[in-house]
Amino acid sequence: MGRKLLLEKAHVENIRSYDVYRKEGGYRSVEKALKTLSPDQVTEEVKKSGLRGRGGAGFPTGMKWSFLAKPEGVPRYLVVNADESEPGTFKDRYLMEFIPHLLIEGMIVSSYALGSNNSYIYIRGEYAWITHILEQAIEEARQNGWLGKNILGTGFDCDIFVQRGAGAYICGEETALLESLEGKRGNPRIKPPFPAVKGLWGCPTVVNNVETIAALVPIINEGGEEYAKIGIGKSTGTKLISACGNINKPGVYEIDMTISVEEFIYSDEYCGGIPKGRKLKACIPGGSSVPILPANLLLKTAKGETRMMTYESLADGGFATGSMMGSGGFIVMDDSQCVVRHTYTLARFYRHESCGQCSPCREGTGWMEKILWNIETGKGKMSDIDLLWDIQRKIEGNTICPLGDAAAWPVAAAIRHFRDEFEWHVTNPQEAQQRNYGLAHYADALAVPVA
Amino acid sequence: MADEIKKAPAAVKVTIDNITVEVPAGTTILNAARQIGGDVTPPAMCYYSKLEGSGGKCRTCLVEVAAGSAADPRPMPKLVASCRTTVMDGMVVKNITSDRVQDARAGVVEFLLLNHPLDCPVCDQAGECHLQDLGYEHGKEGTRYEFNRRTFEKEDIGPTIQLHMNRCILCYRCTYVADQLTDNRVHGVLDRGDHAQISTYISKAIDNNFSGNMIDVCPVGALTDKTFRFKNRVWFTKPVDAHRDCPDCCGKVTLWQRGDEVLRVTARKDEWGEVKSYDGKPGWICNTCRFEKKKASDWTIEGPTVINRHSVISQGHYLNKQQPKETIQEVMGGLKPRLLMDIHEVSEVNKLELSELPGAATSQQYKTNSNESSNKTV
Repeated sequence: MGRKLLLEKAHVENIRSYDVYRKEGGYRSVEKALKTLSPDQVTEEVKKSGLRGRGGAGFPTGMKWSFLAKPEGVPRYLVVNADESEPGTFKDRYLMEFIPHLLIEGMIVSSYALGSNNSYIYIRGEYAWITHILEQAIEEARQNGWLGKNILGTGFDCDIFVQRGAGAYICGEETALLESLEGKRGNPRIKPPFPAVKGLWGCPTVVNNVETIAALVPIINEGGEEYAKIGIGKSTGTKLISACGNINKPGVYEIDMTISVEEFIYSDEYCGGIPKGRKLKACIPGGSSVPILPANLLLKTAKGETRMMTYESLADGGFATGSMMGSGGFIVMDDSQCVVRHTYTLARFYRHESCGQCSPCREGTGWMEKILWNIETGKGKMSDIDLLWDIQRKIEGNTICPLGDAAAWPVAAAIRHFRDEFEWHVTNPQEAQQRNYGLAHYADALAVPVA
Repeated sequence: MADEIKKAPAAVKVTIDNITVEVPAGTTILNAARQIGGDVTPPAMCYYSKLEGSGGKCRTCLVEVAAGSAADPRPMPKLVASCRTTVMDGMVVKNITSDRVQDARAGVVEFLLLNHPLDCPVCDQAGECHLQDLGYEHGKEGTRYEFNRRTFEKEDIGPTIQLHMNRCILCYRCTYVADQLTDNRVHGVLDRGDHAQISTYISKAIDNNFSGNMIDVCPVGALTDKTFRFKNRVWFTKPVDAHRDCPDCCGKVTLWQRGDEVLRVTARKDEWGEVKSYDGKPGWICNTCRFEKKKASDWTIEGPTVINRHSVISQGHYLNKQQPKETIQEVMGGLKPRLLMDIHEVSEVNKLELSELPGAATSQQYKTNSNESSNKTV
């Protein structure tokens, strides 16, 4: 049984209300941080904890905070990215819906560390009811003196505002989020300047994921060094994984990053295996943008080591044989799933969500979708597969924001690992309409190179 | 950060395609390359040096940075948009010497042309279109796109400007013009992704005295001048520089003439296709100058506009044109060719010997029915 830091109290009755949350030990970290630590010491604790951004890129949070420019007389902002729109990811929703005070508590501590007197939660528009939950939590916190002027008599002022988005995936990209927060069209900005220098309203800004900010609470309560003892190597602490797809127990799980992927999928504590006795075919371990892996590469790395649920192990082998931790949207596919169909669905999503600002992403995503639709419906040609590869290659890395990469990677990985299935769709167009390719050789043990 | 900029030297050295140039700190790679000029300059479809905030969108100006600076000579992992990346001292940039850049640029050109209607034969911009130039330089002959192109309805935005959204490459330049030159922007980008479009949303007229500059900044034929629409091909017109005292703008323009007729008025363009600057200020012109002063007598003519000799516009010579020699009679032993129809009986046009006209042919010369009046003008 792994340690739980974030969701430990999630199932206490009425934890959503301030009184219960406080009784269960809530807001201790605010007292500790504001009364005994200086802002720099809080940042130092975060650095010691080795906490990595939980939004997808996995950038060390402490380092990100230390990049924040601190010019005199200019306000600084903390913006929490709750625009959780990645298909397959729903961990922040769970956190905000059930223990909203954990996020508020983390935000007060982070705002103190960063010197932000007005902090924002940018929440995706579809989470309408969570907006009310958060606003109620903020109101309760304010009434109990955790927000507002002169918190705990320390002279630190802080207020939190919730802003709803309008349902655009692109607004999860930090600069597009800031544009949207400013009331403009949610187009990503061209970097540099980075938000740490010029962010919201042109002021230094830190944008962090909900889970990252929530993780501040255990880090301050237990100390950064204690937090860093959990996990393996540079993957410290606990991570929320939202598991979905063909598994017996879909849901949000908190793992302490010491378990293997196999254990996560098959153990009763987590996903509980694959239903109806079907077999594992493929998995996207970190939300729709990260490369898909076939079963054999998912459970073991190309070197033959067991793949663990850590940032490093999931990325082992680069994009050739590895994937990414991403945002923790763990999508499992059994042998009844069609990878071509699945890739088409993702391409359609990225085409719909591309902001249309830069040409490779605007034009390329639509093109990929159309070709994939042709292949899926039996109208594809063999040359289309190479064409797809060429298109994704020309999108990747050439766009303003990572959405272009996110659209290119799933297509690239699907062709890289499941080319047989694509070719089968082309050569057997009739059959492909009636049945799926099945498991084929995707779970066969790989030949391990002898070192 | 501000301190770092202050500490940076006033002039920095940057090497682009093995040519070193010294530019003021804070210059972008693209502008440094423009100082060198020639093939080294990356093409730019969305960047417009006179419009603040423009650039970074079309991705045609991507370059490879082989060394970030003298202090930190690591290469940048991704290709960068040269229009929005400032140079550092000792930076080494590869443009035409980098295969990666050429490959990416060919990809971008393909993407830009994917949904472009390629209706150049009926497009008013043909001949001075940046996308045409880009396609010739970096494009491929065929397309790999097998699907229907996206289409939009033509839209009139005001009495003088027409919007052909089909041709638009979403460079956002016209929105910057509206933001920075006019007092209120009433058009913008609606929707997103490949169905994004420039629109006024409810076909509202753009009514502002400087709105016509949107036509000048548009790199393609998406925004065209309705007073010039289908009047003439640009390469048949003669550009001359002219000015007038205008209370609203600088009054320095290029007249596109045919004979004495002024077919079109535009702002003067520099070698990069951008509006020229006077005393550091961009020479935007007002709609009165652009759309209403269409008589040569409204203007003081300065002289012919210098046009790049590679441009199709400079091909419009009329004098001393070499006519190919008629050889049929010679080789046929004196026999005349048997014609199904003599074009001179049907059309007045061919009665004019264009090469004998002192200037460009105008509608005046075509208006007559008889030989004598056309002879009069000759």
